[in-house]
Amino acid sequence: MIRAEHISKSFGDQSVLNDINLEFEVGKTNLIIGRSGAGKTVLLKILVGLYPPTSGTIWYDDVNFTALDKKSIRDIRMKVGMLFQGTALFDSMTIEENIRFPMDMFTSKTAKEKLDRVNYCLERVSLENVLKKYPSQLSGGMQKRVGIARAIVLEPKYLFCDEPNSGLDPKTSLVIDELIHDITVEKNITTIINTHDMNSVMEIGDNIALIHEGRLAWEGNKEEVLTSKNEILQGFVFASPFLQKVRALHAEE
Amino acid sequence: MKHNFIFHLGRFITWIRQVFSKPENMRMYWKETMRQMNDIGIGSLIIVILISTFMGAVMAVQISYQLGGQLIPKYYVGYLVRDITIIELAPTITCLVLAGKVGSNMAAEIGGMRQKEHIDAMEIMGVNTSAFLVMPKIFAAVCVVPLLVAVAALVSIGGAFAASVPTGLFTAAEYVEGIRSFFEPYNVFMMFFKSVVFGFILSAISCYQGYFVTGGSIELGKASTTAVVMSNIAILIADYFIAVLLTQ
Repeated sequence: MIRAEHISKSFGDQSVLNDINLEFEVGKTNLIIGRSGAGKTVLLKILVGLYPPTSGTIWYDDVNFTALDKKSIRDIRMKVGMLFQGTALFDSMTIEENIRFPMDMFTSKTAKEKLDRVNYCLERVSLENVLKKYPSQLSGGMQKRVGIARAIVLEPKYLFCDEPNSGLDPKTSLVIDELIHDITVEKNITTIINTHDMNSVMEIGDNIALIHEGRLAWEGNKEEVLTSKNEILQGFVFASPFLQKVRALHAEE
Repeated sequence: MKHNFIFHLGRFITWIRQVFSKPENMRMYWKETMRQMNDIGIGSLIIVILISTFMGAVMAVQISYQLGGQLIPKYYVGYLVRDITIIELAPTITCLVLAGKVGSNMAAEIGGMRQKEHIDAMEIMGVNTSAFLVMPKIFAAVCVVPLLVAVAALVSIGGAFAASVPTGLFTAAEYVEGIRSFFEPYNVFMMFFKSVVFGFILSAISCYQGYFVTGGSIELGKASTTAVVMSNIAILIADYFIAVLLTQ
């Protein structure tokens, strides 16, 4: 479980986040949604410790993450996996080396054990025959899957995904969403996804938090999205005429 | 400007302490150091040989020109070429060139990793990125730059011979006599001392510029240029202080 208490963040005079209180549950896909520039990515980076909050506290289970020194933060981070928006795969390394990197750095496993683990992770994300390829030789969807494989290679307790579907077609997005959701349930980890993809919201949104202009505007789950009267949520979710028709049909039923 | 300099100096000092913290995995650091040694050493050998050949050649021709018609024996050309090369030109010119080639490369490599979120990805894995990305580069530079400077010194002395003896400026015997005259081993120590310091300066400043780059490709280009300019200035300042320190 991860908890954000009274998180605020400013860059100079510009306030980006204001008094955010959220709890991200274990074994659930916790979604942070909101318009571009709402502060989602900043919140995610504060949660993983890439930005310090201006005020407030982050709790990883019972550990006050914001009060830790650098070494203790690194210890916590070894339990964290993250999928980046741009995948952040190392261009000069093969797929095998990319996925193996955290193991090379932090474990004393033998070469065979590492290779077995790499193969398992690739199998888990349904990729074959890519071990010796470089990231540039893979499609966007395949790169995302490699990113997930690298994120889970050390069996993390916490998984963060920043815009996992950006740049992907709807079908591939669905595959990635299902994969993240399945891994979350299967490994019983705390997953936090930062997205503005409505398909993801409706498919895997166990817990959803809407950030609007740096404030928490709404909390709920995917079922509640359709029935909520929150105007900011409705304005965000049903922004397109097509989805407005869907809502009207849903109301008629 | 003054505030800016103090800000960078303070951040550099704080950062360099993180760079020299205990490695998470010695094998990975060693592997990375070997890769860097290869990149810096083998990758720079041709340019170092080329520059030092002409450096020696020009020096021999100009010293011969300046000493011509005087009562100074011709073998003094070899002696002067040797000492100027060892004490000053081999370490300084080689490191100024390396700051341009190796330094800009280091700044661009680390800056590119920053922009592509590779550094964030490593941080989240728990890697001390300041140490993992920078320490091997500094260590490799400190080890390899003196070797390149030694090569530069030898090639420069050879270049002086090749440019002058066949053209009749002086004989081979005169040149060799000059090379073997008044030799002070302490000067070689000074050359290596300078090389180690300059190697540290060019790698640390360049990595610093790359590590803290923000923005896009224009900023990355600027960081790369700043890395070269700042390294060159710092090398020349350090050169002066080392000269004062080691020749008093």
